[in-house]
Amino acid sequence: MSHPKTREERIAYLKKEVKERVLILDGAMGTMIQKYKLQEEDYRGERFKNHQSDVKGNNELISLVQPDILREIHLQYYRAGADFAETNTFGATRIAQADYHMEDLAYEMNVESARIAREAADICEKEEPGRVCYVAGVLGPTNRTASISPDVNDPGFRNIDFDRLYEAYKEATKGLIEGGADTIMVETIFDTLNAKAALYAVEDVFEELGFELPIMISGTITDMSGRLLSGQTPEAFWNSVRHVQPFSIGLNCALGAKEMRQHVDTLSRIADTHVSAHPNAGLPNEMGEYDESPEQMAKLVGEFAKSGIVNILGGCCGTTPDHIKAIAEAAKAGKPRAIPQIERRMRLSGLEPFAAD
Amino acid sequence: MTQTTANFINIGERTNVTGSARFKKMIMEDRFDDALAVARQQVENGAQIIDINMDEGMLDSEAAMIRFLNLIAAEPDIARVPIMIDSSKWNVIEAGLKRVQGKAIVNSISMKEGEEQFLEQARKIKRYGAAAVVMAFDEVGQADTADRKFEICERAYKLLTEKVGFPPEDIIFDPNIFAVATGIEEHNNYAVEFIRACERIKQNLPYAHISGGVSNISFSFRGNEPVREAMHSVFLYHAIKAGMDMGIVNAGQLAIYDDIDPELRELVEDVILNRRDDATERLLEAAERYKGEGGKKREEDLSWREKPVNERITHSLVKGINAYIEEDVEEARHNFERPLHVIEGPLMDGMNVVGDLFGSGKMFLPQVVKSARVMKQAVAYLMPFMEKEKEEMGITDDDAAARILMATVKGDVHDIGKNIVGVVLQCNNFEVIDLGVMQPAEKILEEAKKHKVDIIGLSGLITPSLDEMCYVAAEMERQGFNIPLMIGGATTSQIHTAVKIHPNYKAGQAIYVTDASRAVGVASNLISERKDDYVADIREKYKDLAERHAAGREKKERQTIEGARENRFKIDWKDYKPTKPAFLGTKVFDDYPIDKLVPYIDWTPFFQTWELHGRYPQILDDDKVGEAARSLFEDAQEMLKQMVEEKWLKARAVIGFWPANEIDTDDIELYTGDDRKERLEVFHTLRQQMKRSSSDRANYALSDFIAPKDSGVEDYIGGFCVSTGFGEDDVAKGFKEKNDDYRAILSQALADRLAEAFAEHMHERVRKEFWAYASDEKLSNQDLIEEKYQGIRPAPGYPAQPDHTEKATLFKLLDAEEKIGVKLTESYAMWPGASVSGMYFSHPQSEYFGVGKIERDQVVEYAKRKGMELRVMERWLAPILNYTPGQEPEEEAA
Repeated sequence: MSHPKTREERIAYLKKEVKERVLILDGAMGTMIQKYKLQEEDYRGERFKNHQSDVKGNNELISLVQPDILREIHLQYYRAGADFAETNTFGATRIAQADYHMEDLAYEMNVESARIAREAADICEKEEPGRVCYVAGVLGPTNRTASISPDVNDPGFRNIDFDRLYEAYKEATKGLIEGGADTIMVETIFDTLNAKAALYAVEDVFEELGFELPIMISGTITDMSGRLLSGQTPEAFWNSVRHVQPFSIGLNCALGAKEMRQHVDTLSRIADTHVSAHPNAGLPNEMGEYDESPEQMAKLVGEFAKSGIVNILGGCCGTTPDHIKAIAEAAKAGKPRAIPQIERRMRLSGLEPFAAD
Repeated sequence: MTQTTANFINIGERTNVTGSARFKKMIMEDRFDDALAVARQQVENGAQIIDINMDEGMLDSEAAMIRFLNLIAAEPDIARVPIMIDSSKWNVIEAGLKRVQGKAIVNSISMKEGEEQFLEQARKIKRYGAAAVVMAFDEVGQADTADRKFEICERAYKLLTEKVGFPPEDIIFDPNIFAVATGIEEHNNYAVEFIRACERIKQNLPYAHISGGVSNISFSFRGNEPVREAMHSVFLYHAIKAGMDMGIVNAGQLAIYDDIDPELRELVEDVILNRRDDATERLLEAAERYKGEGGKKREEDLSWREKPVNERITHSLVKGINAYIEEDVEEARHNFERPLHVIEGPLMDGMNVVGDLFGSGKMFLPQVVKSARVMKQAVAYLMPFMEKEKEEMGITDDDAAARILMATVKGDVHDIGKNIVGVVLQCNNFEVIDLGVMQPAEKILEEAKKHKVDIIGLSGLITPSLDEMCYVAAEMERQGFNIPLMIGGATTSQIHTAVKIHPNYKAGQAIYVTDASRAVGVASNLISERKDDYVADIREKYKDLAERHAAGREKKERQTIEGARENRFKIDWKDYKPTKPAFLGTKVFDDYPIDKLVPYIDWTPFFQTWELHGRYPQILDDDKVGEAARSLFEDAQEMLKQMVEEKWLKARAVIGFWPANEIDTDDIELYTGDDRKERLEVFHTLRQQMKRSSSDRANYALSDFIAPKDSGVEDYIGGFCVSTGFGEDDVAKGFKEKNDDYRAILSQALADRLAEAFAEHMHERVRKEFWAYASDEKLSNQDLIEEKYQGIRPAPGYPAQPDHTEKATLFKLLDAEEKIGVKLTESYAMWPGASVSGMYFSHPQSEYFGVGKIERDQVVEYAKRKGMELRVMERWLAPILNYTPGQEPEEEAA
C-alpha cells in the first residue's frame, strides 16, 4: 500500500495497521493547556474581547483563539509516538458550550479543532516519511445526563433528552468530518443514553454524507463499583452500543491503569472488535493531582499489551507526551489482541447484561 | 416442567395497561409509585425482561411511557433487566427507545401496513440499538396456518437481514397463538399450525427467536384452571421442542408436564395436537372432573348446618349466604337475654371475621357486600323485637356507633362507589347516613349538624365536582365545623385533596380515600384516640405533597398557542372526500332492545367497580381474586338476564349528523344545511400545548380532524347521547328497601356497563350504517374495546376535550332532554347516571389523545371565543391549567 493521502486511504491503512501492532492514542489535553497558564484575556483573544461572560477554562475556545498552542500540543504528542491525535472538542457541543454562552460556536470549534489536528498530523508525516498520523474526532459526554435526574426529589425529571443531544451531536459530528477527522470517537461516556444519542446522530450523518468513518467508543467506569455513572456494567454497556459495529470499544478516564485493568479484560473477552484503554495517570493524590510517572504507567499498560487484551492504548487525565512516549515504547513489546469469535446470540441489557440462549 | 424450559425466556407482563386493570388504574390515577412497585415485584419474581405497555385511549400513552421509563431508570433493582417497549403506536415505541440506556426489545412491528413502513421502522430500531418482535401479520391479515405464518416470517426475515442488515439474532417472531377447542372446527388445528410454524422458523431462519402469548390457547376453558394449566403445559412442551424460546407467561403457574394426570394429559394432548375429531368433546366432558377447588361446587355441602348456632352465623356472614340467617338469628335470640346481645355477640363476631379476612386480602369487595346484606337482614329481623323491648323497658337510643354522613356533591349523579363505601363502613359498625346524589353544600352541612355526625364523606365522578368539594370544605370552615372530611370518587386524588381542598378547611381535616377497602382504616383512625397523631401525619404529608407539586409545576414545559397551532396535526385534505352520512339532523331511538347491547359489554371496568383488578376474561382464572370474580360474574349474568327479560331498564338514544368545517384552526362550525351558508352552532376545541420537538408528534386539537372551511372539502360531524338509566334508580331503591345493597349496587354497575355498551353498539351502527364510512368493517368485541375501528367518539369532559361546558352545545344540537329525557346538571353531569354522550369524527387519521395542561394564552382566547368570562372559564378548566389563575403572566414567567 502506498502512503495514504486521502482520508479514505488512511482509514484503509488504519484497518490494516491495527492488526499489526498496538496503536497509540495521545494523552491529556487539559493538562497540557494548563501548562501555558493562560489567563482570561488569552482565552478571549481579539475576537471575543467583549464576550458577555468569563471564558477562562473554556478549553475548546483555544481552537479558535490560540490555534498555534493547540497545534504545538498535538505535535508534541505525535512526536512522542501517538498514532492518533484526539481533537480538542471534548466540550465542543452546543449543550456544554451553553455554560459560556457560546453554543453557536460549537460547529466552528469542531471544524477548527479537527483542521488543526490534521495540520499537525501532516507536519509530522512530513518529518517522518512513511509514518501515518490519524485524527480522532472527539464527541464528549456533555455536562448533562439523559438517564439521571438532577433533582433528587423528582427522579422522573430530566434536564436533557435524546432529541436535544441528538441535534447537538449531529452538528458536532458534521463539524469534525468537515475539519478532517479520520474517525469519530465517542468518549468518556458516563451515561449510555447520551452515547446512544451520539451514535444515532453519527450514523445519520454518515447516511446523509454517503460515507462512513470508523467509530471508536470509550466508556468511563466512575469508581470502584465497576459501573458507569448511569449504572451499567461494562458488558451491559457493550450490549447497548455494539449495534453500530464500532471500530473499537474501550474505557478511559476516572481510574488509573491498575483499577481499570479488570474491566478492560472483561471487554477484551466479550467484544468482537478492537479494544482500547486510555486510563488516567493513576488516581488523584490528596492535592487532586495525577502523579503516576511515565515509567510507572507504561509498566502497567505495557502489561495490557503484553497480555494481549488491548489493541489501542493511550492516556487520559494527567498524562503528558512523556507518558505517551513511555507507553508507545512499552507497547512495542506487546502484540495486538486477536479479535475473538463471539457466539451469535441476542444480547440485551438493562443495567446488567442479558443473553438469550 | 422439563429441561427444555430452562432456556425459555420469561417476560413479565404485569406492567401493561391493556393486560392488567390494576396497573392501568395506577397509571390513570398517576400513582406511579405503585406502578413501580409492580415492576419491582415482577423482577423479584424472576421476570428476565419486563414488558411495558401504555396503550390506552384515555391516556397520553407517549407521556406515560416516558414518565414510567424515566422513573424506572432511577430504580436500580428494576432497571437491571432489559425493557420490552410494547405499543401498537410507533410514536410511543420511539419515545420509549429514546429513554432506555440498555438494549431493549420493541414489541412489535409487522408488515400489516406494507413493506415500506416495516422497513423504515426496522431501520430505526436498528439504529436505536434494539431487538424487535415481528408479528406474523401482513397486508392480507393475521396468519393462522403454518404455511402463512412461515411465509410471512420468512419474508420478514429476508427483508430485515438483506435490506436492513438487521442482526437475525435480534429478530423475535410472534406467529400468533389462537384459542383451540372453541367448538369451531377451523380452530382445532391452531396449536398444530403454530407448532409446525415454529419448526419451520427454527430450521430455516437461523438465529431468530420465537415468542407468543401462551394463555390465548386455552381461552375456551376459562374458569377451569387445572385444565388450562395442563393445556399451557402441554402446548409449551411441544412448542418449546419445536423452537419456541420466549413468551409472556406466568412460569410459576405452569404444571409440570410429567406430573399432569396421565388421562388428562392424553385428552389435552389430543386437543393440542388435534389427534382425533372428538378431542374437544372428550376434553369438555372430562373437564368438569378436573375443575377442582376453583370450580363451582355441583352439590351443596350442608355439613356446616350441623355446627353450633354461633358458628353457623359466622359461616353465613363469611360466605354471604342469606338462606338460613333468620332461622339462626331466631335460635340465637333465645340464647340471649336481650335481642341487642345477638347483634353485639354472634353477629358482630362474624362481621369481625369478615373484617379481618377483608383486611388481610383474603376476601374481596363483592363478597363483603354480600356479607353486609346478610348482616342487614339479620338486624332487620331483630328490629321489631328490640323496638318492643324498648317500649317495655323505656330505653332510648344510645349513640354508641360513630356516624358518617355521605353524599355525592351538587351537580353530580354518580354514587356506586359511595354506596360501596357506605356498605363497607356499615359492616364495620359505623352508622352511615346517606343523603344520595346531587347534594348542595347547605343541605349536607345542615344534615351533618342535625345528626351530629363524626365524619362527612363526599363523592364525585366528574371534574367539576372537584371544585364543588373545595366549596363544601370552605363552607365547613366558615360555619365552624371541625370534623374530618373524607374525599373519594373517580376524579378525586390525593394531590388534588392536598393542594386544593385541604387549604380551604384548616379547622378540620380533608382526607383523600383511595377506595372502599381503605375507607374503614381511615374512618377508624379518625374516631380513635390517636386521631390527633393521625391527622398531624396527614397534614405533614399533604404539606410535603403540596410543596413538591408546586416545585413540579414549573417543569411542565409548554409552548405558546401560536406555536402549538403551527405544529397542529395536518391532514392532507386534497385527495380526501368525506363520506356523507345517510341523513342530516337527528334520529331518535326510543326503547332500544337491551339484549342487543349485552354482547358489547366491556366487563373489565365492571370488575374494577368492585375493586377486583384484572382484565376480563383472565380475571376469572386469577389466582387471588378469581373465585370472587367468578361468583360476582355469575350473579351479574343472572341479573342481566332478568333485566333483559323483565325490562327493568329502558334504553334510549339520539344521534345526529351535521355538515361541518373547521374554522380559525381550533373551532368547528356546524351548518343548518349542506349549502353551508347558515351557521348552526360552533364546537370549540382545546389544543395540546406541550413542547414537542419537530421529530415528535403534532399538537392535537379535535378540530384538526375536520376539513378546514377554505379547503372546500365538504366534511361532517356527528353527535350522540345514549342512556340505559331509565328505571335504574327505582330498581336500586327497591333492592335497598329489601336490605339488599349487594343487588342494588350490582344493578347500578350493570346499568353503567350497558350505557357504555350502548355507546359502543351505536358507534358501530353509525360507522356501518348511519354514516356508513366503514360499511365493510368486521371487528370482534375485543377489537372494539381496543378501539381498532376507524374514527373516534370523544366526549366533552374527557381528555381530548376536557371542557364539560361543550356538552351544552352538544345537547342543544341533539335536543337530548326533549327527545330522550337525558338532562344536564349544573356541573354538566348527565342524568340518569347511566348515560354516555359525545361527538363522532370519521377521518381515518382521527385518534384519541389527551389535551394535557394548557397555558393562559389559550384560555384567554378560548374564553373569548366562547363568550365566557375568563374567571368562569378558568374554573371549568381548573384541572388542566398549567398556571395559577389570578397571577399575572409576568409573574409566572419569573
